[in-house]
Amino acid sequence: MGRLLEGSEIALAKLITLVENNPAGMTGVMPMIQHRLGKAFCIGLTGPPGAGKSSLASQVIKALRSAGAKVGVIAVDPTSPFTGGALLGDRVRMQDHYLDPGVFIRSMATRGSLGGLARATKDVIKLMDVFGFDYVLVETVGVGQTELDIMQTTDITVVVLVPEGGDGVQAMKAGLMEIGDIFVINKSDRPGADSMAVQLQGVLQMNPRYASAMPPVMLTQGTDGKGVAELVEAVRARQAILGDTDLEERRREKRNLEFEEILKWAVVEEWKGLAGSDEKLKDRLSEVVEGSKDPYTMLREIFPYGCIRPLTD
Amino acid sequence: MEKKRPIKVLVAKPGLDGHDRGAKVVALGLRDEGMEVIYSGLRQTPEKIVQTAIQEDVDVIGLSCLSGAHNRLFPEITSRLKEKKMENVMVIAGGHIPEKDIAFLRENGISAVFGHGTPVKSIAEYIRQNIAFNL
Repeated sequence: MGRLLEGSEIALAKLITLVENNPAGMTGVMPMIQHRLGKAFCIGLTGPPGAGKSSLASQVIKALRSAGAKVGVIAVDPTSPFTGGALLGDRVRMQDHYLDPGVFIRSMATRGSLGGLARATKDVIKLMDVFGFDYVLVETVGVGQTELDIMQTTDITVVVLVPEGGDGVQAMKAGLMEIGDIFVINKSDRPGADSMAVQLQGVLQMNPRYASAMPPVMLTQGTDGKGVAELVEAVRARQAILGDTDLEERRREKRNLEFEEILKWAVVEEWKGLAGSDEKLKDRLSEVVEGSKDPYTMLREIFPYGCIRPLTD
Repeated sequence: MEKKRPIKVLVAKPGLDGHDRGAKVVALGLRDEGMEVIYSGLRQTPEKIVQTAIQEDVDVIGLSCLSGAHNRLFPEITSRLKEKKMENVMVIAGGHIPEKDIAFLRENGISAVFGHGTPVKSIAEYIRQNIAFNL
């Protein structure tokens, strides 16, 4: 822990492994860093597979670095639902930064999480924050329309699309098209980029969520960096608009959701542990599995009085 | 108590050859064996490979080299790992490695060399049996 605060990359890497594998061990670490949190500004990059998120991330890192900021990067790729294995390949696009001491890139596998991020992503952001990065960049897996955990995780969300992403009706759909603070049409040298930008703007203007401030729609090229300076400028502008008060408000909401998530996770883990060892519970569960008992009756049998006791002092 | 967790492997290509078919086959094969595989791309310097291994906190590094420079590049990687006190990371290798070089590489910290035609399953088996942490 001390070595993390002294800036040891190895300590940071080992602590990340710990939060990924054994969150129960975090009760020893998190109280020590809690009061040091909140210095890093966290940027989320999300969008469909192959939209160029990693290449764009690499360009954004470059721009932030040239302004002297230190950048932590979390790149999430999917875990196989069949084997539990994963191929983590976002790093390949970020090779320019491998040896830069101001950049730390960590790949994470989703390990069963379905919201586009890994369960431990929030804790890894915290560790990177305490380590002293000015920005933490989080890249989600390639998402469809509803893997939206990123919006509850980062301070702002950049949605990365490509010109082939569909017409105005696609842009009207709920989900991904509503979560961006900034929208980017990457690979903008391809045909259709300009008209897509116009259609997207048209739809965003009608969304009440954006009534007070329209999110910028920007054109970029991740391969040569065109439009990236403007993107980073837009990120900074958002950061400035949010200021301390609105940012804290956003973070307050997120902390509440974060606690609920951890609660769900803890209850399920405890259940799995017990159901694996307790014979009576095993028998009951087999009734549900066999279909002779409905899951709600089972729930009432395990938690006849609800599962959380009110605090007494 | 540490929980059962996936093994993390970095598949890396040091040196200047541009043939990564073999490395990709191994990366995919190990993925299908339930491991988390990081592929870091072509033409990596030993320094970059070690830096990646540190940040990703991997258990295993798999090196692939087809250019003939393995006797120089592989030991440089293991000695850099030692410098960073990361000698507990298992380093294995494959590619065009002549039989006569294997003893030298093993003396220099390469745990095993897998030649042409090795089924990926046996590489996975080797990793599982020789890894430093308890699965």
